[in-house]
Amino acid sequence: MNPLVCVKRVVDSSSEVVLTDDGQGVDGRFAGFTTSAHEEGAVELAVRIAADGGGGATVLTLGDTDAVEQLRSALAVGCSAATHVLADPQAYGPADVAREIAAVVRDHAAAGTPHDLVLLGNDAADTGDFQVGIRLAYELGWPVVNGVSTVSVADGVVTASGAGPDGHETYRVPLPAVVTVLEGGVEPRYPTVPGRMKAKKVLIEEREPVTEPVGPSRVRLVLPPPSPSTVEVLGEGAAAAPAVVDLLERLGVLAR
Amino acid sequence: MILVLVEVSPAGGAVETSREAVTFARDLAAVGGGVPVDVVLVGAPDDALAGVLASYGVRRVHALTGPAYDSFSGAAWAAGLVEVRERAGSVVVMAAGTPRGNEVLAHVAARLAVPMAANVVSFGGLSPFTVTRQVVGGAVLEEMRLAERPAVFTVAGHAVPAAPADVPGAGELVVETPTVAEADLVARVVSTEEPEPDLSGALTSARVVVGAGRGAGSADGFDDLLELVELLDGSLGVSRVVTSLGWRPHHEQVGQTGSRIAPELYIPCGISGAIQHWAGCSSAKAILAINTDPDAPMVTRATHAVIGDLHEVVPAVNAEIRRRRG
Ligand SMILES: Cc1cc2nc3c(=O)[nH]c(=O)nc-3n(C[C@H](O)[C@H](O)[C@H](O)COP(=O)(O)OP(=O)(O)OC[C@H]3O[C@@H](n4cnc5c(N)ncnc54)[C@H](O)[C@@H]3O)c2cc1C
Ligand SMILES: Nc1ncnc2c1ncn2[C@@H]1O[C@H](COP(=O)(O)O)[C@@H](O)[C@H]1O
Repeated sequence: MNPLVCVKRVVDSSSEVVLTDDGQGVDGRFAGFTTSAHEEGAVELAVRIAADGGGGATVLTLGDTDAVEQLRSALAVGCSAATHVLADPQAYGPADVAREIAAVVRDHAAAGTPHDLVLLGNDAADTGDFQVGIRLAYELGWPVVNGVSTVSVADGVVTASGAGPDGHETYRVPLPAVVTVLEGGVEPRYPTVPGRMKAKKVLIEEREPVTEPVGPSRVRLVLPPPSPSTVEVLGEGAAAAPAVVDLLERLGVLAR
Repeated sequence: MILVLVEVSPAGGAVETSREAVTFARDLAAVGGGVPVDVVLVGAPDDALAGVLASYGVRRVHALTGPAYDSFSGAAWAAGLVEVRERAGSVVVMAAGTPRGNEVLAHVAARLAVPMAANVVSFGGLSPFTVTRQVVGGAVLEEMRLAERPAVFTVAGHAVPAAPADVPGAGELVVETPTVAEADLVARVVSTEEPEPDLSGALTSARVVVGAGRGAGSADGFDDLLELVELLDGSLGVSRVVTSLGWRPHHEQVGQTGSRIAPELYIPCGISGAIQHWAGCSSAKAILAINTDPDAPMVTRATHAVIGDLHEVVPAVNAEIRRRRG
């Protein structure tokens, strides 16, 4: 069992977001980088499923050279192989990314390492397209389970579950399959020092994209106008309590 | 024609975000010279639901029925939408930007090999067809061109308020039994457990949410906050720091990767207001921030604030509520 897990290098928007002059992307020069929490969940699941099935988890990213940092992070927490599709992710739409991932899945199968399970995040933290996993499933002709937080594999069947609108939902799907993950079902592990050392030694498979990207349908990015502050300060410390309760009464939220 | 996927709650009503999407569709239809708005839903709608949809200006309600729709499958729902859209020739296919809405429309877009825009907040123009949507957890807006037909997109929650139409539609019911391939039923829900009463369902529908962030200090720092929750008959919502430190369970998290809430009043205590948290609480009608830092983004973006230590302010508020109740 050799699951493939897909992660994307994204700006950490906890810091201020600056756009490039052409409005086509986020200026990464002053930003920190991370992956989505959903993808951290997917990496943890891939590592556990690989360990249970006596195989190894492969991490994949499509990104520029710096994205190797995200591959190393996944290797440090238990992935055993990594594939880097070297390309500018801002020039790739979700259909393009799905096509490239599908090409890796086919090539690895041909080379003797089939990935019967591909795990992705439910949505990327930057573009938030909510599509790559589903488009990948159509590329491969596989079933796809979307937005689940726990995933396990036994006897060629993947069991996955997560919160749905009517309750906790469970899916059972024969492999091969694509699954997109929401954070919260598993606790991602922290990298250990030996884990980091080992990660540094893994030889990363680097490859070129297989086709020209169609591109995202982006016209441009803009920053939303800052909302003017109209905050009414009710007071400081415990002395503000009467003013707070006055407000609760005025808003009619003080149930009797 | 514009086709909108409407989600039906377990109680049988059209969920608010779907009614928002229909409202958005109607505005779009007006720009397009008054093209009709049809909806697709799963199951047989009762008279009340059909009436509500008609009041929203809906021309036809296409109800997907048959064994393929007994339990959820994204591919089967998409197959139904695509079949209805092909017969009716819709130029736009829309849904609310909910987990189901985004999933089903991604299937539709993949099947029709057209782009999809998730979490659209506004419509730009017809030729070329452009929309603006939220990206980077709401920190950035993206203008997108949807050149192909149908234009496929989902509407971000609370981008427009749900409102009935000035002129109601016919709301004519059309029962549909699409042919769904076996392959589209492989990934379907096999069991659904009733939600725990106080899981995020209560959080997303609470009138008052008390928020707690790193300022709570430790897993033991929640007693006063929970008392306030009880006094206000509300729910507790927390920041990601709180869940990742294991102080509180993940289903209480508010934000980009947690629940999106829209209460009458949100009271974030010791939460800085990072953009990913803001993404989940910006729809609150009023926000009362309690924070030691007067410059915290949560304070400057709130409607009301108290500057101070939550461990002093919250117990004093609790005492004042109890005192007034006598
Ligand atoms: C991809 C991604 C997704 C994310 N998703 C989410 C999400 O869904 N939800 C979410 O919340 N975050 C999310 N985050 C994390 C987010 O960026 C912030 O790190 C997080 O919201 C900060 O939590 P906090 O406000 O509790 O902590 P901090 O940012 O550390 O703020 C603590 C605040 O408490 C105040 N304070 C301290 N002590 C006291 C006291 N005694 N009394 C009163 N005030 C006090 C401080 O002044 C400060 O303002 C995400 C991040 C990423 C990268
Ligand atoms: N450039 C990329 N490289 C690797 N995986 C990606 C990339 N873009 C998206 N993904 C995966 O697809 C998921 C959904 O992304 P999206 O459809 O863009 O919201 C992400 O959480 C990732 O797991």
